[in-house]
Formats: sequence, structure tokens, C-alpha cells
Amino acid sequence: MELTETWFLLLSAALFSIGLAGILIRKNPLIMFMCAELMLNAVNIAFIAFSERLQDIAGQSAILFILVVAAAEVVIGLSLVVLLQRRNRDLVVDDLSELRG
Amino acid sequence: MIDVVVFGVSAIIVLGGALGVVLSKNPVRAALSLVASFLAVAVLFVIQQAHFLALVQVVVYGGAIVVLFLFVIMLLGVDKVEDLDLPERSQVVAGIVSGLAFFGLICAGLFVSGPGGDEGNVALTGQIGRNPIDSTDDINQLAADIFTRNLVPFMATALLLTIATIGAVVMVKNSEADSSLPEAEVN
Repeated sequence: MELTETWFLLLSAALFSIGLAGILIRKNPLIMFMCAELMLNAVNIAFIAFSERLQDIAGQSAILFILVVAAAEVVIGLSLVVLLQRRNRDLVVDDLSELRG
Repeated sequence: MIDVVVFGVSAIIVLGGALGVVLSKNPVRAALSLVASFLAVAVLFVIQQAHFLALVQVVVYGGAIVVLFLFVIMLLGVDKVEDLDLPERSQVVAGIVSGLAFFGLICAGLFVSGPGGDEGNVALTGQIGRNPIDSTDDINQLAADIFTRNLVPFMATALLLTIATIGAVVMVKNSEADSSLPEAEVN
């Protein structure tokens, strides 16, 4: 059995789907951010598989950029979580409905 | 053959860690499952000859980002089993169905041939071997790619990180000013 990029793409799809389901199911914003990180990692796996298959280093630089974006996202997201926790004690995203039209 | 075994083991750890994040009630356990998933992804990078990215994955994801998560969890004191976080049954069903549907969508994209036959499949028809990757020298190649072809996106990330840092400071600072305002008026 040979290891082809199809296996990596399948793993990437499965990881992305788990992250997606997690974001939809969980109500704790911290866990939702973790699921977003899982989805970013799934994209990283797809990028690295394509980079090796097409022998193009551009996939690896894309992963580096995704890392930077993930770091910035975590900084902003976690400071939002800290602010939310200060306002209402329990962290449940369903309670955050001030912006509802 | 050995790479198939390594891939299988790390794939199981990746998916198991992901399921641990989604299913565990305790946020600390979720964060630690996240570390397992990230480290297994680093192993996948090593199989694909991206040694530098594997290092960065361990240091940035497994180190910095997860420590930040754990720090916030401890700071907020939510490191106990939460009773409030039980979603409704319909929400769980909808989430699982959406996840499975998305997985099916990607599998269809992978395995079902388009109108062009296999040629139109999986987008693997790009020019192969344009810049062959030398796995012993991936740092230099990555640097050459980032600082020449991707210079503008690279500078954009610098701007993005600056904005994120300033934004985090401003958000936390402003909320402190707001909460201290009523007390100042009382005094």
C-alpha cells in the first residue's frame, strides 16, 4: 500500500468536519476557538499534501501565513472571551444576543 | 511501508485529539487533546518532508497557542465541568449532520470525476515540478519564496500582528475604563 496525497486529503476533510461539528455543537466560546484551530490545522494538512505532490514550496509558505493568522485570531478571540467573562459570569454564546435585530 | 504505519498512527491521534476537543466537558482536557492533535499534525509534516514547518508547528501551535488557551482557562476559572454547556439534542444532531454532509461533499470532490473526466479531478492537474522541493534545504527555499514572491503578504502579516496586539490592548483597557467610570462618579 502506498501513501498518496489522497489519504492526507481524506484526513484533512475528516479533521475539518470534526472542527465544524464542534463549532456548531459546543456553546463555550473557548472550545469554539479550539475547534476553529482544528479547522485551520486541517487546511494545513491539505496544503502540505498538495505542496509535496506538486513539488511547489508555495504550499509551505501558505502554511506559515495560516500560522500567523491563527496566532492573531487567538489573541483577539481570547481577549474577547475575557471581556465577555467580565460582563456576564458564565461563558455561553447563546446568551450573547444584544446585536439581534 | 513504514510511512503508511506512521501516517496511520498519527491520523488516529489527530482525529482522536479532535474528538477529545469536541466531546470533553472539561476545558482543560479539551486544550490537552488539542496539543495531542497539533503534535500529530507535526508528525504528518515530517512525513511530507517539511521539517521546518514541523518545528514551527510544535513551537507555535503546541507551545504558544495552547499555553495561551490554558492561561485564559485558568485566569477565568472555568476549569471545572460546566453544567451550562449541555447543548440541546436538536443542536447536536444538526452539528453532526452538518459535519457529515461537509465530509461527504469533500469526498465527492475527491473521488467523483467532473465533466473533464479524471483530468478535472482533485485539482492535481497543475504544473508538476515547477520548483522541485529539496527537503534538506527547505528553510532556504521557504525564505526565498516568502521574501520574493510573497513579500507583500508577508508585510501584511506584520501589519496584522501589530493590529491584533494593539486591538487586544485597547479592548481590555477600554473595558476597564468603562467599569471604573460609575465608581468615579459616586466618589
